[in-house]
Amino acid sequence: MNTLDTDVLVIGGGSTGAGVAWDSALRGLHVTLVDRQDFATGTSGRFHGLLHSGGRYAVKDPGSARECAAENRILRQVAADCIEDTGGLFVSTPEDDLEYADRFLAAARAAGMEVEEVPVGTALRDEPRLNPKIRRAFRVQDGSIDSWKMVSALLRGAEAHAATVLPYHKVVEVLRHGDRVEGAVMEDQRTGQEVRVHAGCVVNAAGAWSGQVARLAGCEVGVRPGKGVMVAINHRLARAVLNRCHLPSDGDIIVPVRTVSVIGTTDHPVADPDDTECSPEEVHQMIEAGELLVPGFREARALRVWAGSRPLLPKTGGSAGAGDREVSRSHTVLDHGARDGLEGLVTIAGGKFTTLRLMAEDTVDVVVRKLGRGSECRTRTEVLPGSESRHFYWIGNRQQEAETDPPDDPLICECELVSQHDLDTVVARRPTWRLDDIRRALRVGMGPCQGGFCAFRVAGMLHQEGRYGRAEANSALREFVQERWKGVKVISWGAQARQTRLDRWIFEGLYDLEHLPE
Amino acid sequence: MTELAWGAEAWSEVRASLDRCIKCTVCETACPVAAVTELFPGPKTVGPQAERFRTGGHSPDLSVDYCSGCGICSRVCPQGVRIAELNSRARSELKRERGVPLRDQLVARPGLLGRFGRPVAPLFNRAMANSLVRWAGERTIGIHRRAPVPRSTTRTFSHWVGHHAGTKSARRVVYFHGCSTQWYEPHVGQKVTAILEHNGYQVIIPKQDCCGLPLQSNGLFPAARKAVTRLARQLVPDATGDLPVISSSTSCGLMLKREAREILGADSPELRSVSARTYDIFEFLRELHQRGELRTDFKPVPLTVAYHAPCQQQNQLIGKPALEILRLIPGLRLVELDRSCCGIAGTYGVKREKYEIAMRVGKPLFTDIQAEGPDLVACDSETCRWQISAATGATSVHPLEILHRAYGGS
Repeated sequence: MNTLDTDVLVIGGGSTGAGVAWDSALRGLHVTLVDRQDFATGTSGRFHGLLHSGGRYAVKDPGSARECAAENRILRQVAADCIEDTGGLFVSTPEDDLEYADRFLAAARAAGMEVEEVPVGTALRDEPRLNPKIRRAFRVQDGSIDSWKMVSALLRGAEAHAATVLPYHKVVEVLRHGDRVEGAVMEDQRTGQEVRVHAGCVVNAAGAWSGQVARLAGCEVGVRPGKGVMVAINHRLARAVLNRCHLPSDGDIIVPVRTVSVIGTTDHPVADPDDTECSPEEVHQMIEAGELLVPGFREARALRVWAGSRPLLPKTGGSAGAGDREVSRSHTVLDHGARDGLEGLVTIAGGKFTTLRLMAEDTVDVVVRKLGRGSECRTRTEVLPGSESRHFYWIGNRQQEAETDPPDDPLICECELVSQHDLDTVVARRPTWRLDDIRRALRVGMGPCQGGFCAFRVAGMLHQEGRYGRAEANSALREFVQERWKGVKVISWGAQARQTRLDRWIFEGLYDLEHLPE
Repeated sequence: MTELAWGAEAWSEVRASLDRCIKCTVCETACPVAAVTELFPGPKTVGPQAERFRTGGHSPDLSVDYCSGCGICSRVCPQGVRIAELNSRARSELKRERGVPLRDQLVARPGLLGRFGRPVAPLFNRAMANSLVRWAGERTIGIHRRAPVPRSTTRTFSHWVGHHAGTKSARRVVYFHGCSTQWYEPHVGQKVTAILEHNGYQVIIPKQDCCGLPLQSNGLFPAARKAVTRLARQLVPDATGDLPVISSSTSCGLMLKREAREILGADSPELRSVSARTYDIFEFLRELHQRGELRTDFKPVPLTVAYHAPCQQQNQLIGKPALEILRLIPGLRLVELDRSCCGIAGTYGVKREKYEIAMRVGKPLFTDIQAEGPDLVACDSETCRWQISAATGATSVHPLEILHRAYGGS
């Protein structure tokens, strides 16, 4: 068994854990971060991509709104390469209370947001697909954020400061010595090998899964997973983030992120955060809701549907409340020493992607106090790797780059413009186990054909380069196609149904996927 | 932010059509340009794929400028993606941002060149035939020295119209002759008029200007919209009535039928009216024939004629009516050239950087023509005729000139 010594062991490689790793590493602490899967596979990789302006929470949850407004500003400075500056609009549709709009404006200003009311005509000129019956419109500093890029940048930053990051390492045991947590034992999901990590402090950053991790340590965290369903539409229906100006409810945001528009979301309490099944009813609900913001929404091509689990932490300690939208979106740092008499363990619960930096700062402040070591937080000003130029990315980046690709560097993924060189670079940078890992790094398989044309190319190339044996390549391909199908089966109508049919012909007719040798 | 302000409705239909792409690649295999150059990545790549990356306020791709606009991709797409239309829009956005070179400004305005050349036509034509002048033209403004250019004429078509008595009839049509007939090939217009009059029609020929197509294909959308809207007013001044509008230029006819609204997003009562009743000349004659009203008092024409259906005629989705009518002529040996594109695509092939591409595109057609060695090549589109003649040395005519001869014309 391998044994590692570290200052801080972070459990969970989502945005929260990656943020904690980056923050700790900058403070001069040695960090080891583990995740049971690849990074950002949980909630972080399954959200709509909204960089909140704070507007969504302005009226209902002013504390969260203030945090979002402030963090939004900071992330634009330090993580520009992960952000597209789309801007956002809050609009009063015919179904929304006009009186709420006044409250919204006042609350947004009070929260320190940059907000201005714009004439309806201006909003409609900027967003020609927006419902022409809107009655008021407010411009805010929403943006869209690429979660995989962000998590990857945080981890690369941490690694540059000597952090160790271990994907596919699942915690199987939390090491305790009396009332003290001293580390954990992880099992490498790929090899079955165990790794023992001794840590000065363990941070439970497992988000919606933090209850499961806490139980391994022998304590309770009342995190309540709240499932949210999202639907991606084939191309951008709006330039800016479109929000309904009303009390937050289901399906009232459309986020232009990368090449698609994402509508979200629902909010249902679930027992298991891995429960990400999407029902046809939920999909229908999202698409009908989209119609109110963008008439014709239901005719647009739905590309994929998925769900993520929010890590909600009710202030009351975890009992079922009225509805989950009543739960504050703010975060809480649980010091299990003070709370449960269990030293050496800190849980960061609640919160949201936009406030990941603040969550990490608050968490590591507690860690530093406990360790009695580590400097001041530097993440407010320290620019993340890749964002040095401080330029936001824009939707056209990849198309522009593809223009200059040499002719002998063919496109592997046509929808998302991924070239063979891009693939080689990513595979060389870090070990790849599943094709889905490459998807998160490059967006392979995320376009209209959902892997129909690229999946077999990627599997074949990895086999050709000797990274996959025959059986591995075959099962990786099968697994990837199955995973893609999961997000398409409930939206198989219209153009996407025709696509699915063609994809099936390719996989079954040409490759006989189901009978490939193991 | 302004690109959607005009024609938003028509445009959103074109843009929404990208949703139908299932990446089947049929368009890529049919594209004549992608087949001969790596500078154009192909219609699927530049059309529905790239379009998903294009809403960020500025154009990410330059290669769309190498689309010739022949429209074959849209025609062959089994899913109905409006690929060529997407490309045309994208090109205009690109030009709006980066400016349009003087050369493109010039070739986009055939009337301007025609007006300039007319008073000095013999001199102009001699200059255009002079290799030194052409070399200088290539170096200075970028029109390829071997690219086909039309011959200017001293007598315009409207001059002829002014002296043409015409016939009175209860059956009337409006004739939309286009710039090429006006400035370079007035004989085409004269023969159209004669054929229609021979069939008992009174031909109304209003004063008319450019339809804006070359402006559109060079990305100058605002000017193109203005031109086509003005033309529609000239052709059907009050937007009422139901007279057929006959076009003898296939690309300009297509502009009125469809492209003005679908690509340019132009709209006016007159344009809607004229769109609904524009006919290609042979489409019109075929309808007459189907009703038993076409005169078939043909004299034998003992010639071998090779017929090429130009892209913009094929894009009208009316089959090949010229072939159907010419087949009625006794003694005529008609050879159908089954090739896609001659390469010129309006003004594409005259440009220095695109001339070689256009010649490679047209190569299969040119080879067939040279192997056949016909007396004449017939083609409905003027720029294609000029390209074919320049590339093969064959004499090319509008198919209606054959029909005119069969009716006893000279």
